[in-house]
Amino acid sequence: MNSILGVFAKSPIKPLQEHICKVHQCASHLVPFFEAAYANDWNKATGIRAELSKMEKSADKLKRELRMNLPKGLFMPIDRTDLLGLVTEQDKIANIAKDISGRILGRKLVIPPPIQQEFMEYLLRCLDASACAVKAIDELDELLETGFQGRELQIIDKLVIELDSIENSTDVMQISLRHSLHGIEQDLNPVDVVFLYNVIEWVGDLADLAERVGDKLELMLARS
Amino acid sequence: MEIIATYGFELVLLAGVFGLFMAWGIGANDVANAMGTSVGSKALTIKQAILIAMVFEFAGAYLAGGEVTSTIRKGIIDSAYFVDSPELLVYGMIASLLAAGIWLLLASYLGWPVSTTHSIIGAIVGFAAVGVNADAVTWSKVGGIVGSWVVTPLISGIFAYLIFMSAQKLIFNTSDPLANAKRYVPFYMAMSGFMLSLVTIKKGLKHIGIHFSTSEALLIAGAIAVAVGFIGVFLIKQLKADPQADKKMHYASVEKVFAILMIVTASCMAFAHGSNDVANAIGPLAAVVSIVENGGEITKQAALVWWILPLGGIGIVLGLAIFGSRVMATIGQGITHLTPSRGFAAELAAATTVVLASSTGLPISTTQTLVGAVLGVGMARGIAALNMGVIRNIVISWVVTLPAGAVLSIGIFYMLKGVFSA
Repeated sequence: MNSILGVFAKSPIKPLQEHICKVHQCASHLVPFFEAAYANDWNKATGIRAELSKMEKSADKLKRELRMNLPKGLFMPIDRTDLLGLVTEQDKIANIAKDISGRILGRKLVIPPPIQQEFMEYLLRCLDASACAVKAIDELDELLETGFQGRELQIIDKLVIELDSIENSTDVMQISLRHSLHGIEQDLNPVDVVFLYNVIEWVGDLADLAERVGDKLELMLARS
Repeated sequence: MEIIATYGFELVLLAGVFGLFMAWGIGANDVANAMGTSVGSKALTIKQAILIAMVFEFAGAYLAGGEVTSTIRKGIIDSAYFVDSPELLVYGMIASLLAAGIWLLLASYLGWPVSTTHSIIGAIVGFAAVGVNADAVTWSKVGGIVGSWVVTPLISGIFAYLIFMSAQKLIFNTSDPLANAKRYVPFYMAMSGFMLSLVTIKKGLKHIGIHFSTSEALLIAGAIAVAVGFIGVFLIKQLKADPQADKKMHYASVEKVFAILMIVTASCMAFAHGSNDVANAIGPLAAVVSIVENGGEITKQAALVWWILPLGGIGIVLGLAIFGSRVMATIGQGITHLTPSRGFAAELAAATTVVLASSTGLPISTTQTLVGAVLGVGMARGIAALNMGVIRNIVISWVVTLPAGAVLSIGIFYMLKGVFSA
């Protein structure tokens, strides 16, 4: 094109936001998935798991597109390496959600009824963390509007702090959930118990990874 | 001497046709660069952009194009070398026009964003240095012009940085950006109006025989600026905030205010472009006409013949009308990465730089200045991603243009010399 508008490259911010939205959506499917599992409705759970897996794939596609659209010669207000690191972290959330559902479905692993309620609360709290990460990433286009300074920066800082505190609370919940499981484990199949501990840990990883997204975001903004 | 007496009319006609061709090319191609940021950021529709471009390109060419025209016409070449054979200067100028026009056409066909200014300067320097004598070129002046090509993008980049930063400070980084946008945007409009009217009054109106003293000029420009500001206030009042769009993007309504401002800066940009680039087409034509009218005598003081500036203006408008909408349509698609608040900063900075340079008679490149301004906004971290590879290609195409224009014009110069002297 015979004009200077070729100078403007595709903005990486929109795809980054789309990616985290997709990832969160994917992880959120764990709620209906576990509800179906609680009800021992494995057909429904399989269907939900298929949907979840489809979302993980489309998140993967978005990730790849984003990487392809970031050639070396771009001049951006944010560091390219940070941006690529951020999308990698985001993508891990979808991966772990897929792993959790796969493990549960593969073993038809039932969360023991005495801790079902507590487990669901724990899962929801972990998903709060990824929702918060979505909110923080969502502020990026506003941050571009303000030239990466001032008020918008404070808004993101606040969201990252909130993300940290959510993650902290999930840690506390995880400890108590493990304790509850420990109390009833002698009545359960030992192999199942091992995997239950694993699943609890992985659900906690959802929050951990969301926090890492916040960390990366903060690092990206601090460096610049 | 006899050649000019015998073929005077034919030579003027030839120069006139090539000059019109060149002006047409400028209108068809460069308008994309001058108006692209407005269309690209969706502040203007294609029709609106063409209309604004037509009015303000013509106004710029007619009212403020004289200064640069005289530089191209008589600043680059030392006329002492042509006193005995003025027909050489006539051939050379016609050759330069044709060479620059051909190069422009070729480049547009291949999609290279070349600069019209570079091609005409390269062509003139080429025929004079090779076809006549290396000393026939006023190298100090050429050095100044080439130097300005480095300095002007820098200056417009700094302007853009400062303008963008001021908008950030006054509007975006405040608790109520929308209210502040409504408050401060009219000032930016007034500023643009002031700058444009001042240059027009100081440099342009003397062509149509009106003279003002500096204080009078300042006063009138100030009055126009106030008027523009009030029109801005009125237009912004008409604007309705869109809470739906604001939910998605907090600054959507703020950007709408800037879109109104962009109408003003787009006008400035068209005016600046007309004032600077018309000379590329009509400078050589003016030289030919002046020599023929004076029967072969090269006079330094000769005023511009009245019909030359309007001819250039009409050529640009014709180019716009015929090809502009097609060029704009390609731009209009896809580019949404530029918001009006960034486009305004880049356009205002580029227009200011070009208008200031034009008033000193320096033929600079509008595209170059705009690229500098865009980089300035990028430095202020206002643009998500700039393609440095494309910028590098643009710079290369500028450098290549100089020798290309020169080689073409040398060839055509010898051809013309052969045809007419035979």
